[in-house]
Amino acid sequence: MSILVDSDTRLCVSGITGREGTFHSLRDRDYGTQVVGGVTPGKGGQNVEGIPVFNTFHEAVAQSGANTAMIFVPPRFAADSILEAEDAGIALIIAITEGIPAHDELRVFNTLVKNGRSRLVGPNCPGILSPGKANVGIIPAAFFRDGNVGVVSRSGTLTYQIGNVLAQSGFGNSTIVGIGGDPVPGTDFIDVLALFEEDPETELIVMCGEIGGDAEERAAEFIEGSVSKPVVAYIAGFTAPPGKTMGHAGAIVSGSRGTAAAKAEALEAKGVRVGRTPTQVAEIAVSLLGAAAG
Amino acid sequence: MDLLEYPGKQLFARHGVPVPTGRPASTVEEAVAAADEIGYPCVIKAQVQIGGRGKAGGIKIAESREQAREHADAILGMDIRGLTVHEVWIEGASEIAAEYYASVIFDRSAKAPLIMLSTKGGMDIEAVAEEDPEAIARLHVDPLLGFQDFHGRRLAFEAGVDADVVRPVGALLAKLYQVFIEEEATLVEVNPMIVTPGSADGGGREVKALDAKVTLDDNALFRHPDNAGLRDISAEDPQERMAKERGLTYVKLDGDIGILGNGAGLVMSTLDVVDQAGGKPANFLDAGGGSKAEAITSAVEVILSNPNVKAVLFNIFGGITRCDEVAKGLIEAFAQISPQVPFVVRLDGTNDKEGRQLLAEASLPNVHSESTMDDAAKKVVELAGTS
Repeated sequence: MSILVDSDTRLCVSGITGREGTFHSLRDRDYGTQVVGGVTPGKGGQNVEGIPVFNTFHEAVAQSGANTAMIFVPPRFAADSILEAEDAGIALIIAITEGIPAHDELRVFNTLVKNGRSRLVGPNCPGILSPGKANVGIIPAAFFRDGNVGVVSRSGTLTYQIGNVLAQSGFGNSTIVGIGGDPVPGTDFIDVLALFEEDPETELIVMCGEIGGDAEERAAEFIEGSVSKPVVAYIAGFTAPPGKTMGHAGAIVSGSRGTAAAKAEALEAKGVRVGRTPTQVAEIAVSLLGAAAG
Repeated sequence: MDLLEYPGKQLFARHGVPVPTGRPASTVEEAVAAADEIGYPCVIKAQVQIGGRGKAGGIKIAESREQAREHADAILGMDIRGLTVHEVWIEGASEIAAEYYASVIFDRSAKAPLIMLSTKGGMDIEAVAEEDPEAIARLHVDPLLGFQDFHGRRLAFEAGVDADVVRPVGALLAKLYQVFIEEEATLVEVNPMIVTPGSADGGGREVKALDAKVTLDDNALFRHPDNAGLRDISAEDPQERMAKERGLTYVKLDGDIGILGNGAGLVMSTLDVVDQAGGKPANFLDAGGGSKAEAITSAVEVILSNPNVKAVLFNIFGGITRCDEVAKGLIEAFAQISPQVPFVVRLDGTNDKEGRQLLAEASLPNVHSESTMDDAAKKVVELAGTS
């Protein structure tokens, strides 16, 4: 088992004919993901190394049976592409695109919630990897092996850092979910924590947060009430000054809100172990898993 | 991007939000001419992005041309909590019967615009929220529905505004919401929003925005090319501007250890680990995913343009980024600008062996390789302390 993506995933990539879109679609296919199509308006009928290209998501769904979309188009086209995928009935939409206008994200989020048909992961995320089953996005799969640690993170490279230390200690992952660094993520920590809680393969959950917003604080409340599996957390940005956007559009301390210290405290108050460095997070996870195995 | 008061008011005016008429000036002569045109009494307001301008002496009323000259001369060039005043805004003095507060905020937690209204305006709203949260009326607007007249009425009644201005307050809120949506702002704040005394019998009272605090979404500027020119360049740090021109994500900090990493989360984490090791980071720099050698060379130049930097830490975990490209970029940077400070380099991930090999062969002066993030942080703190 795993969550969100697996061997049943049938992926259709919006922006497959762009340079990055082609590169990562082929990389995902090489990993074993079923990449059944791509969408580029006006390029329907072409193919990218054997992957058929369609003009619309509706065509792609009808002809290839796509059930998952990956969005790789530039920011100004991304909201439209997500809404098109949703309208075509695609259940899981993973948006890699960085730099989508905040008001577009607001409109997309509220439309998807209202219609209740599709889940959006991202935008501005590295995607989802279920080791040994499917990779949808840009996560370098070589650093991860299959196992029983679920990872949910607002940051890509931090996830690789922690995953690598875990792998070196002999532990693998059920699924790694990048929820992205934007202010309005389609999927939040809570959504993914709930999925991991239900997933029989996942025995421990690592959540990787950062400054800005209150998603970590809300996750802490949720963990206390609804998560029985051990959760180990990391928060980046203890030294970030207020009012400065630290790379990710969502990573900003506003006045006294959204600080790393407040997030770590909120999690610790609910019994979540918080590592102070990425290495420490992996070490805590290893010790908890080791104790469970022993 | 955060706008100064006057471009904010100009945006307001474009959407029909009532604001006093005014003009900007960057010299004393311009200010006097503007004051003459607007008439006396007028207000001369320092244009800096910081609260407490009035207390610092940055807002003055001029009753005459002599006073306008005197105040403009004092305010232009003034330092307000570290910010130099390069421009003033001159507007007609307003008579004030009441000061309210109004804002539209991009509430990322609720995923909806949040409108707030209070009759306790003219003071720090965070302090009001702390001491008297009941004094602030709030409601979320469904972004798919948009602002409706009832939203304005409900806020006005709940905040307890004077009965005669319920309608104009509602109308002003509707226009602020319009600014928020149409200009793709993430913050529109008016403090104070004033009620004028009106005529002798108290009739005909008007509601106006006496200040404007607007933050626009940088990611949406492609749809608002006119707004790009509203950026307050004087408030930008020179190193941050240089980095932006080179397409790098850079934030200047006040320490002495230069930092370069890939990925916002990993860079933030690197700052924290350096801090835990007893060091003080001089910057945040995310070289991004898939950086090529030229981008790395360019980034080194930006880091070293900060004279406080005593040592530099590279912390790379290569995913899409290839460690050999990072190594090539660093070698090229040494060839071009021969840095005088020590470097600590941690390369892990994609092509890390090749990258380390390239660095070993180049044997750059004062470049130290470390294999873990924690050891690299300790090493750079040690080097910054001794250089």
